[in-house]
Amino acid sequence: MKIVQLSVFLENKEGRLADIIGALADANINIRTLSLADTKDFGVLRMIVDTPEKAIEVLKKKGATVKTTEIIAVEVEDSPGGLYRVLKVFKEAGINIEYMYAFVEKNNDNAVMVFRVDDPDAAIKKIKGVKILKADDIYKI
Amino acid sequence: MFYSREESINPEELKKLQSERLIKTVKRVYENVPFYRKKFAEAGVEPADIRSVDDLARLPFTTKQDLRDNYPYGLFAAPMGDIVRIHASSGTTGKMTVVSYTRNDIEMWAGLIARCFSMAGATKNDIIHNCYGYGLFTGGLGIHFGAEKLGATVIPVSGGNSQRQIKIMQDFGSTILTCTPSYALNLAETMKEMGVSPKDIKLRAGLFGAEPWSESMRRDIEKLWGIDALDIYGLSEIMGPGVANECLEKNGLHVFEDHFIPEIIDSATGKPVAPGTRGELVFTTITKEGIPLIRYRTKDITRLIPEKCKCGRTFSRIERLSGRTDDMLIIRGVNVFPSEIETVIMSIEGVEPHYQIIVDRAEHGLDTLEVQVEVNEKIFSDEIKALEAIEKRIKKEINSVLGIGVKVKLVEPRSIPRSEGKAKRIIDNRKI
Repeated sequence: MKIVQLSVFLENKEGRLADIIGALADANINIRTLSLADTKDFGVLRMIVDTPEKAIEVLKKKGATVKTTEIIAVEVEDSPGGLYRVLKVFKEAGINIEYMYAFVEKNNDNAVMVFRVDDPDAAIKKIKGVKILKADDIYKI
Repeated sequence: MFYSREESINPEELKKLQSERLIKTVKRVYENVPFYRKKFAEAGVEPADIRSVDDLARLPFTTKQDLRDNYPYGLFAAPMGDIVRIHASSGTTGKMTVVSYTRNDIEMWAGLIARCFSMAGATKNDIIHNCYGYGLFTGGLGIHFGAEKLGATVIPVSGGNSQRQIKIMQDFGSTILTCTPSYALNLAETMKEMGVSPKDIKLRAGLFGAEPWSESMRRDIEKLWGIDALDIYGLSEIMGPGVANECLEKNGLHVFEDHFIPEIIDSATGKPVAPGTRGELVFTTITKEGIPLIRYRTKDITRLIPEKCKCGRTFSRIERLSGRTDDMLIIRGVNVFPSEIETVIMSIEGVEPHYQIIVDRAEHGLDTLEVQVEVNEKIFSDEIKALEAIEKRIKKEINSVLGIGVKVKLVEPRSIPRSEGKAKRIIDNRKI
């Protein structure tokens, strides 16, 4: 139930993001969601794509530094308090969230959020009452 | 008119004086320094072969590496009982170059610094504000003793705490400033921020050195402070500040040739260049006792100005320094070798040997050093805090080894240009 996220190191320079995204476009890779964390000098592009292996190959060929991380994707009810209910579950289970971001599209009328935690396997076992999505579900969204 | 009679010595008299002193020095190092005895033998020269300055080129060169190889006291030519002071150049242990002074050396040095001050028009009535660092660095104490020798009042304020510096200048009535040129600019900015006008300060001249600086920087300093800004040159191996100094003509630095014989050589061949041509500056000390050096290669690039100076001093002038033959950087008066930075980078696990050093001079006049390190899969993380921790760690280690603050920047792999020969590790953007 873990999902592979690709992270790419980006220098804060004009056109770097476009270069990376362009390479994926040329290889016909579909980006399901992404988030960009940035500091003054560099950024980290985190994304979930439909074909991670192929994407890694493309990005490495492009000379990018790529790292894979396992994340968990969770369905979040699209109504007031939806995210809170999920975060409460994480909190009660004692799971620390490093970062999170959202999918643009919904799954069965629910929002989908990506969570990066220290130990995804342990987190999956501890989380109760929240729907954790499988990789296949995610790539099809 | 001049601080000392020698400053207007005629060429014949100078040659005679230099020859006598050279012969004495050669004898001194031959008898007291095994390194030189060996080196002379290898070059097939004996003290008896040196009869005048014309024979100077027969002597072998001395390099910074020779000082390091003989660390710490190997090149001293006086017994420790006669050594009254030690100075050392910045750097890590093993990279330090250690120099020594006998009482006569200290006295001679003070006299030369007093000359430098009088070249700026200073007298015993001046109040000298000395911001050079006091310690192993030759700047602070060297200037201090010279100021006292002149009979002036010296304020041993040392570096740092710029606001207090300005307050002291105002309250104590400082008239002469001594510091690095970049610090002079920095202080001028502080003065402005404090709402203090140069008119509130009595400063009228400054001796600035320990780092290269340009004519445009001189103009800035002179304008901001309303003073005469003069270039003072020196290096600890030869003595410290005061080996050469500008007069108020501001057109080259007079080398104190009664104590140091300058030569300009082609750094590739070691042969003298044609008169007036640029090359590597080489000095032979002819009065020092603690650590006399024969034909020391400074790695500084300059030329001897053949024309006579309008000020009336007969000592040769060297042009203001235009560069160095090796990669050594002088950052805020601290000598920095790229190899030292490399050693630090290499010691951190996972970091690749692809790095570049960018030197710049900030608007406030301080030199900045940015070390760019390429990211790779081993050190890359999806978490910003992990990446920042690596930057911080490199920064901290460089700081602890070099003693200066640097900025560390992670860059993309292969973004640092690769070279087929010697890598271009340094990009010096300072406009000097």
